Amino acid sequence: MLERTGIPTDDDLEKVIPDKKRLVQGPVVIIECFQKIPCDPCAISCKLGAIKPFRDINDLPQVDFDKCTGCGICISSCPGLAIFVIDMNYLDEKSLIKLPHEILPLPEKGEDVYALDRAGSMLGKVKVIKVLKIKNKTNIISIEVPKSMVMKVRSIKVEDKNNER
Amino acid sequence: MTDIAIIGGGPAGLSAAIYAASLGAKVTLIDDGLELGGQLIKQTHKFFGSEKQFAGIRGIEIAKKMIQDIKEYDNIEAIANSTVTGYYEDEVITIVQGVNGDILKKLKAKRIIVATGALENMLPFVNNDLPGVYGAGAVQTLMNLYGVVPGNNILMVGAGNIGLIVSYQLLQAGIKVEAIVEALPRIGGYLVHASKIRRLGVPIYTSHTLKEVYGTDCIEKAVISEINRNFEFIPGTEKELEVDTICLAVGLSPLSDLLWQAGCQMKYVPELCGYVALRDDNMKTTKDKIYIAGDVAGIEEASSAMLEGQIAGLNAAVSLGYKCDNYQEQDKKLKAELRELRDNPLSEEIKIGIEKALIRGGRD
Repeated sequence: MLERTGIPTDDDLEKVIPDKKRLVQGPVVIIECFQKIPCDPCAISCKLGAIKPFRDINDLPQVDFDKCTGCGICISSCPGLAIFVIDMNYLDEKSLIKLPHEILPLPEKGEDVYALDRAGSMLGKVKVIKVLKIKNKTNIISIEVPKSMVMKVRSIKVEDKNNER
Repeated sequence: MTDIAIIGGGPAGLSAAIYAASLGAKVTLIDDGLELGGQLIKQTHKFFGSEKQFAGIRGIEIAKKMIQDIKEYDNIEAIANSTVTGYYEDEVITIVQGVNGDILKKLKAKRIIVATGALENMLPFVNNDLPGVYGAGAVQTLMNLYGVVPGNNILMVGAGNIGLIVSYQLLQAGIKVEAIVEALPRIGGYLVHASKIRRLGVPIYTSHTLKEVYGTDCIEKAVISEINRNFEFIPGTEKELEVDTICLAVGLSPLSDLLWQAGCQMKYVPELCGYVALRDDNMKTTKDKIYIAGDVAGIEEASSAMLEGQIAGLNAAVSLGYKCDNYQEQDKKLKAELRELRDNPLSEEIKIGIEKALIRGGRD
């Protein structure tokens, strides 16, 4: 249970994942934000109105998946690092995940990194497709994962070759 | 002589100074840190709150911006590295300055805003005097101000926002966080913070606490244990962790000594985490010339501290006759924003606490 472990349950996730039909249509946002806290930068960052404007600052984000293009601008706006974009049919066998990353060293494009699930367990190595450096230092890393892992991977671990602790 | 002496240069004090100075008041801002900013200068994470109040901006950036604003006002005198040690009748305060504390100054003010913040709580456990037991504030100071690693394997005690945030910062510094223990049955801080630490592989044990630590000259091992609803250890649930550092993030208490000394009416309000001064909605205490803002008024977030500071700064300046063109509207707006920040389930306790500490009608 999320409140005891920090890991969202399937029931939690069901509320924020778009339906299968939308998932196959292309990149789309998943906002794993389940608690009413006073925070609104995501809604303000979205220029397409896909994250609906908040009536109250404590609202949970509401996404209009038809308006979302998966551009990912909201990813680095989120103070909670709770926003991901997935592109289910990125390739025949692979999906793409864009995730926020604030730990150095940054991986390089093409590098293999460890994929971590919501509990921090390693699910294997995956390839970095793109590293987007953002001015506010919440960088956006795109990784290519097997389709079966697209709803599981939510973080990465980069091997630090120069500074092994 | 100054119009408004503000004691404490954290988010509340800085906000109060800027607001009061913008209306023309002469402000003296006194802080005991080497530089202004309070805890903001250690906060490398992005803040929550509303866009209007710096949401999405990292604490260190907020501090930079506010300190820059302070410098732009000729009517603010900022004195860092100085401690206010006493309050005397007629709004005279004593200030101890200098590295050795060998300069003593007196300052008379027409109004005083106390924004002294909070103290960290300690936790009793066996061997808690071994080197390697830190408060979360000290860990942040070492790590984020001075670039010093506090240890290699850390046990974090407390899953409130401070425990979660400092755990994340430790991970960013390349330090291993073995676990987070939390005595309550659920995580107290924002769940998004908890999730982002959890997915980096740090287990969070709720209904657990630190029982004891072992070591000869420093910490070598920690024993954690599950606890029941009455916070009693459950025998047989102990786990040993190989850690060299304990970081305590077990809550804060308002740092209200000056308010006691000044004779403000104080009240123990558990929801606000300790003794706080009674105040009206302008943040004025039962002493007509003393205002409060920030954690000293009740432990909360930096975003609400900034709003309280603005409310105190505005009302202290207006009470001295400084003109605010649309005072009613500004005052109402700040209070509405503060109400909005607290309008969520996590702030229920705080709202109850504030009701207990609030004086209606504004006069003592």
